[in-house]
Amino acid sequence: MSGVSGSASNRPLSPHLQVYKWGPHMLVSILHRVTGDGMALVGVPLLVWWLYAIAAGPESYDYFLSWFDWYYIGYIVLVGMSFAFFEHMYSGLRHFVLDAGAGYELQTNKMWSIAVPLAAILTTGAMWLYIVSKNIL
Amino acid sequence: MGSGTNIGRVRGLGSAQEGAHHWIVQRVTAVSNLLLVLWLVFSLVRLPQYGHELMIEWLSSPLVAVPMILMLVSIFWHLRIGLQVLIEDYVPDHGAKFGLILLLNFFAIGGAALGIFSVAKIAFTGVAA
Repeated sequence: MSGVSGSASNRPLSPHLQVYKWGPHMLVSILHRVTGDGMALVGVPLLVWWLYAIAAGPESYDYFLSWFDWYYIGYIVLVGMSFAFFEHMYSGLRHFVLDAGAGYELQTNKMWSIAVPLAAILTTGAMWLYIVSKNIL
Repeated sequence: MGSGTNIGRVRGLGSAQEGAHHWIVQRVTAVSNLLLVLWLVFSLVRLPQYGHELMIEWLSSPLVAVPMILMLVSIFWHLRIGLQVLIEDYVPDHGAKFGLILLLNFFAIGGAALGIFSVAKIAFTGVAA
């Protein structure tokens, strides 16, 4: 009943978070939202700042880079954003399968819900191992 | 509308036949994000270093500037729909919801414009000042 205010009553509420037992599918669901909104609010502004700083000239770019050395904050954010991307990516691929109407059997659903964050952690780790091994930062 | 009968109360409030539009666009941009952000990740980690001159040279190439601009469009479109869902889920007050979605649209269009203009400036003016 959208638009109906003051409808406080004693009518029963539908069961919500507090009555469900946490499972991997719930974790993947909330991680999808957290990582997506995290990238939208932190990662994408950072991406635009990076492009703007390059366009604005060497001083502006140096200032952008100087934040990376400030208590390693830039590296912490980049590791976080890369994990957020891979988590959201694998979780999004899972959503495509679910959209097709597949993967709802309890065991299958649980298996892929566990696989998604594991794959995200492994991919993030592999990417940063590669970066560190190249010694480019 | 509003004759008091059941049909009168709901007439004109029904589906605008656009219910699936955001849902579909979210998935179309998800596929383009998948391709374009993976392109960015692979391209970035394969660069030898990240000095200003190399960034300018790299972004001046049409095969970098064009996917970068497409990626910005795709990302900002996707995040605009995604953040709108977040607002609609957690902000019950109609006024606050309207204001936040307005701000979100300014953020999405303004951010995309700044990013695209920056890439275009690098691509068209080339060498560092």
